[in-house]
Amino acid sequence: MTRAYMDHAAATPVRPEVLEAMLPFFAERFGNPSAVYDLGSEIKAVMEEQRGKVARLIGARSDEIIFTSSGAEANNLAIKGLALATFLKRGKHLIVSGIEHHSVLNSARFLEKWFDFEVTFLPVDQYGRVDPERLQKALTPATVMVSIGHGSNEIGTLQDIPALVAVCRAAGVPFHTDAVATVGQAPVDVSELGVDLLTISGPALGAPKGIGALYFRNKLRLVPQLNGGIQENGRRGGTENIPGIVGLGRAAELALQELEEKAVHLAKLRDLLVAGVRERIPHVLYTGHPDKRLPGHASFCFEGIEGEALIFLLSSQGIYANTGSACASKALKTSPVLGAIGIKPDVAQGSLVFTLNSSNREEEVHHVLAHLPLAVEKLRSFSPVWRKKMAEAAGA
Amino acid sequence: MRFLTECKADATADLVYRACPMHLLEPMELIKDLEPGQVLEILTDYDGALEDIPAWCAKHGQEFLGISEDACGDCYKLYIKKICEAKS
Repeated sequence: MTRAYMDHAAATPVRPEVLEAMLPFFAERFGNPSAVYDLGSEIKAVMEEQRGKVARLIGARSDEIIFTSSGAEANNLAIKGLALATFLKRGKHLIVSGIEHHSVLNSARFLEKWFDFEVTFLPVDQYGRVDPERLQKALTPATVMVSIGHGSNEIGTLQDIPALVAVCRAAGVPFHTDAVATVGQAPVDVSELGVDLLTISGPALGAPKGIGALYFRNKLRLVPQLNGGIQENGRRGGTENIPGIVGLGRAAELALQELEEKAVHLAKLRDLLVAGVRERIPHVLYTGHPDKRLPGHASFCFEGIEGEALIFLLSSQGIYANTGSACASKALKTSPVLGAIGIKPDVAQGSLVFTLNSSNREEEVHHVLAHLPLAVEKLRSFSPVWRKKMAEAAGA
Repeated sequence: MRFLTECKADATADLVYRACPMHLLEPMELIKDLEPGQVLEILTDYDGALEDIPAWCAKHGQEFLGISEDACGDCYKLYIKKICEAKS
């Protein structure tokens, strides 16, 4: 059976080149980079080399990269670390958009609950974009930072980060962006974006789970969120995950080489998928921005059905997609992101998200287009919501 | 402890919120790039630095100039004058 795995935002295989680079660092080259003897110092040198590779991918300096265990940890360190380092001087106000990843939203809520911060959750437009004017109005003299994601894993929309940064820079407020969805999918350059902090996730690049990184502009102070020793120059305790760091370094190196070609490939497959779905299936909404979106991202809401049921039905045909962000989909809750862009709860129930990667091929898109319309039709035939809608339409 | 009213530095090591013993490790590296007679400023929120840095200077032949009276709110400002090439 043809398999079409299109849930790469949730999990993606470790690239063979990445695995090969990592393998010696599990047993053969096992030294602790903090050790002063040669077995340690040579590992330290390897680690610094990887830091340089990650920095190059986003146009940063290597001393501006902190390795973390995940994108979520990097988001926690950026938000809690910077807010706690700054609030004594500036105040206790924080701004995030309403469609951020849980690691951003819950870091903000943590500061609200335990440190009496005031958090502004900025609304977004119908495509999920934040209006720079709204951001400007939300800034106060007590604002310690703003965190707005670069690309949405759920609706694919890319924010106009330079415009948002310009507003913050004029007010002297640091800007963080969660770029987990974009780094490795689209060009990301910290100088062009103008951001002060940026989150990267290893798995999104074909590195293993358990590794991520935070870019921070060199002069920023961060309160460590993992207290420990001098690892990561005293900014993040815990012995470094060297195999993971080597994997991330190799993945970053490959991403830099392949980025342009990859973006073209992904956009071609995405456009084929989107056009095919819209042509074959009635009453479907293409969510997120039509143009300003991730090249490998296609998200829909099918009226009259449940996304979860659709996923189960599709998986029986070897098609793997998601209903939203991977960690939220099990909760069977209506997506707050879809709610924030004005999609009615009953329509939001029929959410389906495809996230593509270089390994996807045109045949897989055709496989999806052959089975998805049948699956939607089948579920609609069982759906009382759909029947009611059709009866109302016929009556009208 | 010697308190300074004003001290001009040639380089700064910002160790605020960074884990111990970064307040010793980073200055040890930065002082290597200074010429004898130049001054390194150390910013730290770590109380132990008030003992450690003068002790490190005494042991490594550098001059501990003192701590700034200029309150910067969340950190101490300590000053070292490079006297000789640092031994690591």
